[in-house]
Amino acid sequence: MRAGLDIGSTTIKCVILDDHDNILFQKYERHYSHIVEKTEEMIRKMIVSFCGDRQVYFAISGSAGMGIASMCEIPFVQEVYADRVAANRLNPDTDCIIELGGEDAKILFLSNGMEVRMNGSCAGGTGAFIDQMSTLLKMDASELDKRALQANRTYTIASRCGVFAKSDIQPLINQGASTSDIAASIYQAVVNQTIAGLAQGRSIQGNILYLGGPLTFSQCLRKSFDKTLHVTGICPENSLYYVALGAAYYADQTCSMKDILSRMNNRNTGNGYAFLDPLFNNRDEYWKFHLRHAKARVPRVPFTDETGKVHIGIDSGSTTIKMAVIDENGSLLFTDYRPNDGKPLDIVRKTFLKLYEDHPHMQIATVTTTGYGEELMKNAFHGDYGIVETEAHFLAAKHFLPDVDFIIDIGGQDMKCFKIEDGAISDIFLNEACSSGCGSFLQTFAEALGSNVEDFAMQGLFAKQPVDLGSRCTVFMNSSVKQAQKDGATVDCISAGLSISIVKNALYKVIRTNSVESLGKNIVVQGGTFYNEAVLRAFEKEMGIHVIRPDIAGLMGAYGAALYGREHPLSQNSTFLSKEEMENFSHQVQNIQCKGCGNHCQLTINLFADGKRFISGNRCEKPVTGKAKDNTLNLYAYKRGLLEKYMNDSCAEDRVNIGIPLCLNMYELLPFWQTLFSSLGFHVVTSPFSSRKLYQKGQGTIPSDTACFPAKLSHGHIHDLYEKKVDYIFYPCMTYNVDEGKGENHYNCPVVAYYPEVLADNCEELSSLPLIYDYVSIDDPKVFTKKFTAILLKYFPYLKKKEIQSSIENAYAQYASHMQKIRERAAWIIDESRKQNKHTIILAGRPYHIDPEINHGIDELIIRQGASVITEDSISHTVGKFNTSVLNQWTYHSRLYAAAKYCTLHEDTDLVQLVSFGCGLDAITTDETREILQEGNKLYTQLKIDEITNTGAANIRLRSLFAALAAKKEEMNHGVSDA
Amino acid sequence: MEYLTPNFTKEMLKTHTILIPDMAPIQFSLLKAAMESEGYHVELLHNAGNEAAKLGLKYVHNDTCYPALLIIGQFLDALQSGKYDLDRTALLITQTGGGCRASNYIKLLRKALVKAGYGNIPVVSLNTSHLEAGSSMPLSMRFIKKVIAAIEYGDEICSLRNQIKPYEVNTGETEQKTTEWIETISSWIHAKKNINPLMMKKKFLEIAGDFAKIPKQKKDCTKVGIVGEIYVKFSPLGNNHLLEFLEQEGCEVNLPGLMGFIEYCIANYGIDFHLYGGNSFVAKGADLLLGWLDNIGKAMNKAMNTFGFYAPGSFHDLMQKPDGILHLGAKMGEGWLLTAEMVELIEGGYTNIVCAQPFGCLPNHIAGKGVIKKIREKFPDANITPIDYDPSATKVNQENRIKLMLAIADET
Repeated sequence: MRAGLDIGSTTIKCVILDDHDNILFQKYERHYSHIVEKTEEMIRKMIVSFCGDRQVYFAISGSAGMGIASMCEIPFVQEVYADRVAANRLNPDTDCIIELGGEDAKILFLSNGMEVRMNGSCAGGTGAFIDQMSTLLKMDASELDKRALQANRTYTIASRCGVFAKSDIQPLINQGASTSDIAASIYQAVVNQTIAGLAQGRSIQGNILYLGGPLTFSQCLRKSFDKTLHVTGICPENSLYYVALGAAYYADQTCSMKDILSRMNNRNTGNGYAFLDPLFNNRDEYWKFHLRHAKARVPRVPFTDETGKVHIGIDSGSTTIKMAVIDENGSLLFTDYRPNDGKPLDIVRKTFLKLYEDHPHMQIATVTTTGYGEELMKNAFHGDYGIVETEAHFLAAKHFLPDVDFIIDIGGQDMKCFKIEDGAISDIFLNEACSSGCGSFLQTFAEALGSNVEDFAMQGLFAKQPVDLGSRCTVFMNSSVKQAQKDGATVDCISAGLSISIVKNALYKVIRTNSVESLGKNIVVQGGTFYNEAVLRAFEKEMGIHVIRPDIAGLMGAYGAALYGREHPLSQNSTFLSKEEMENFSHQVQNIQCKGCGNHCQLTINLFADGKRFISGNRCEKPVTGKAKDNTLNLYAYKRGLLEKYMNDSCAEDRVNIGIPLCLNMYELLPFWQTLFSSLGFHVVTSPFSSRKLYQKGQGTIPSDTACFPAKLSHGHIHDLYEKKVDYIFYPCMTYNVDEGKGENHYNCPVVAYYPEVLADNCEELSSLPLIYDYVSIDDPKVFTKKFTAILLKYFPYLKKKEIQSSIENAYAQYASHMQKIRERAAWIIDESRKQNKHTIILAGRPYHIDPEINHGIDELIIRQGASVITEDSISHTVGKFNTSVLNQWTYHSRLYAAAKYCTLHEDTDLVQLVSFGCGLDAITTDETREILQEGNKLYTQLKIDEITNTGAANIRLRSLFAALAAKKEEMNHGVSDA
Repeated sequence: MEYLTPNFTKEMLKTHTILIPDMAPIQFSLLKAAMESEGYHVELLHNAGNEAAKLGLKYVHNDTCYPALLIIGQFLDALQSGKYDLDRTALLITQTGGGCRASNYIKLLRKALVKAGYGNIPVVSLNTSHLEAGSSMPLSMRFIKKVIAAIEYGDEICSLRNQIKPYEVNTGETEQKTTEWIETISSWIHAKKNINPLMMKKKFLEIAGDFAKIPKQKKDCTKVGIVGEIYVKFSPLGNNHLLEFLEQEGCEVNLPGLMGFIEYCIANYGIDFHLYGGNSFVAKGADLLLGWLDNIGKAMNKAMNTFGFYAPGSFHDLMQKPDGILHLGAKMGEGWLLTAEMVELIEGGYTNIVCAQPFGCLPNHIAGKGVIKKIREKFPDANITPIDYDPSATKVNQENRIKLMLAIADET
């Protein structure tokens, strides 16, 4: 008799086989993190049903099984290996196995050179992600699958990891996209993530086996894999049990289950995990804390017929809807806080119908909307004002505590922090994609454990040894939880650990603070997450201070919105829907692709009963107003236009075609190389600006999933040139960039410098298409001419040295004139903006950030806000060399520092830094840029971008910036008039 | 804004205790001896644990690479410990001046010191790139010679230890021998004895011969090589005690030496000159130095071979290894050396390789993960697993992947 046990990150599986390997018993269960208990239970079941006292060949497998195996002194089989053992036995003609589990994704290539791959640490949590998403959509896994099969289309969803994907999914839910389409998109994202992360240049073909929970349960997921890979994979019988079966087959030692049980009983429940101080040492401490916070209350008055005019705030957040009704004195009359269930409009309508019914004499003075759904709400219900959520939060906190100097808001999806000086926002910190979803993670985690967030958090208050879960992101936290469980952590310690992690994330990743002094004296914490006393306590403990949490912490956005209306009374009546109109209100959602321009935005159109419509998902105003976008004051658009002159789509028949991929540094050097090769009589063909389609064509050859998106895109560009049938691809390695004399050195970053090496080693296309990727530096024309002549002659011996020399001269001249044009245009834009009294934004990044697929249209987003956009390289030459606190050794970054300096010298100019996820250098540059700006009394705004197409967060950041600038200006004007 | 901490002056050499984060335990204890013999008070930091990483996360941008977080955290933890007289303590950090983020560690350290309230602590830079002119370690010829001897001897002992430990008959004997030799060599360095190449060549033989006396048993151990980002490759703190873990799993581990990295840095001067022109004098000097060092290395390898131990080829041989996979121009971080070491290990029978890197390490996108496909094309037996290290990465995930690699290894 044989037995195998597979203890995974979320489930536990076991099989018992008779002597002829027939399955006698099998069981698949979720363990809800009670790993040891569940294992014991499972083994007990095995004894009762089959094993008794018998000696059984037995082995344990699975990521959570390692610890248990050593605890019961049972052989451990690595799970991917077990899969292979099982597949070899059961499906010997398999070429490739794809197995998705709760935590890890695996691909095994069995034929033609065995290779096994597991996802990198950053792309973990496949099954957990699907679970989270079905929780978000309020359906179970099987319903999610059923819905997905009815989908008409899929949306583009970031597939780097679960956290990123969620950032794209949340707004789709809130825009009212159909759940079928969302569900299908979720599965497609999983497929893309698996291929981009694990294929690594090896094509997945032949007989494919689908294993593991998600692939077993979801037909749609299997179909998506089939479609994307152009294969027909099979999901064999017992696909859930392959690991357990493999362990059983592999087992070469016998033991008695009863012995194992007794070993488990005698275990020392060692606390092998890293732990932190408890949140509270005793009840006394807790009560003092509890009573202190109970005092922070917003005044409330009863809502009666005599109340008079009311102001209403609606905060339509990513996961919840909050409403506040206040009277003319700012006292609260009514509040409402509930999850949006993906149907925010219906929920608000219901709440209002109830309000109208309960208070027939309600006189609505103003309705102000805020949050992610601000515009949708305002348009649907004819609200009076819409304000950016940062402003709403600030107003509420200021009203509650007039001398507040720091506000921290942790909501479900986002964290927002503001520093307040002289009554105005002086600094804004918003989380980037990696930190998002921290607040709601606690909730989904609690739900996954079959608990609710309140109870779950309460459990943590008195945990003796809170688990240290790190603070990188929820994907990492999730896997840390698994490790801690393996080491015997209990649920209360995990709960406390999660609360502490969220706080650390806010403090050290979002605010980047390390001292209380930098925060201020009067700190208000708000957002739904702070209802959780464990989080609140963790915050106070970590910083060693007392903070103020208003009793309506989760409602502060709505409260602030209501206060805004109170401060901005209308001369006429509110336009908000009356009781009747509200009763008749209905809406329909349509999804279409905009045909207005090459961006092909996915538009979500809400049609309301009164014939009005609301369009979202658009990058420009064209689908709304019909007017073409105006990019006159957009240097990003101008630069793209300049590059287009050097681009060419098709090969020439009569000449040698040199392909140049438009990626990374080519966004700056294309004029140089194109001129050089054209002058030599070559026909130069280029890849186009990037698109998601182009990306997906190359995603199968990406070897490192944590590289930046711009680098990953280059695989698609190579594929594009391959399809165009060029004769050569030219993409040189460049350790050094041009020296503009601003730093200690003039390097490129390692990725820009050597990415051609990665392409050469990993792109299948290049096995038949020669890539010229010699090492060159164009910094010194003399040396370059000598070295590059030799390189060219190596490939094209027929070229004449003289020709080459003059071509190189042309190239340098062209490059200089190209850069000159950019600078001149910037000067013109700056001048024009001043004439039009517009603000100028330096959208600072690297040359490749002008690519629309990389910047996701953020340049045009700024233009829509009424400012003009210039680039870092267009003004950096106006600033001389200065000292920085970091080693200034990369050319692109030297320009960034110079741009920040420039910004501090011009009142009507501000800087927004574009940072690509995974850019290691930006961990260095962002702090420096912030400091340069702060010294010049400027706000720092960072936009971290990756695959995520949702620009909602970017939009809020930008609007917050403009709101803060406006407030600052107002403050200054006051100052002047006061004096 | 600049974060300035006091420069490290000559006078401080006599008064200050210099704290050094431990990286490669054996080589660094000999380096410590080299510094002490010059009259410096040196202490290698062994304070580990959570506290170091926590302080790192608190004072350094969290997306910075793991080694920077750990080293800076370790320094801060040491300063907070109360063990040191803060008026007489300095911190030493190395700098290569390459195009990788690592060249910025010293600046990040200063910033963290100022922010944590230790702005009065001087930082010493150990570099050969003329960086930090006012605050770098004075490098006398005599000192350099001692440093070279320390590293060469250290590499030999480390390699011998790793090749015997899994097979030793009497548990603990190899560690014992290793400790003895560290003491002996330390005393040589203090006495300026046996540190010239001629004597070293003799002593290499003596050491190898002595280690060869340790009784070994016949045993099938899985042969595993470790390559990677320099700190994470060597430091037990950085790689969650990877060497120990592998040995517990019954593996024989090959950890290519520290001198290779130094030679790599020197070689890059010549390669740079060849590619981009520049100062031919520097290039020639580097070439001579490299030849001289390589001769010492070759003698060591020969000594180990004499007693039946495995030793890699010369450094010049190593430079040929990446051919067809990665150009020698890729010189940021560990660059082509990483690829070269992988090939060298595979050819030497260490086909199973852990490629250890900090999470998001930029050069390793290229020279680590980026070349694995090509290496496997050339060497189908290669069984390479890249492992990311990070404050938030879990040991269970790392060990699970290593176990997978070992399961595959045991099969072939």
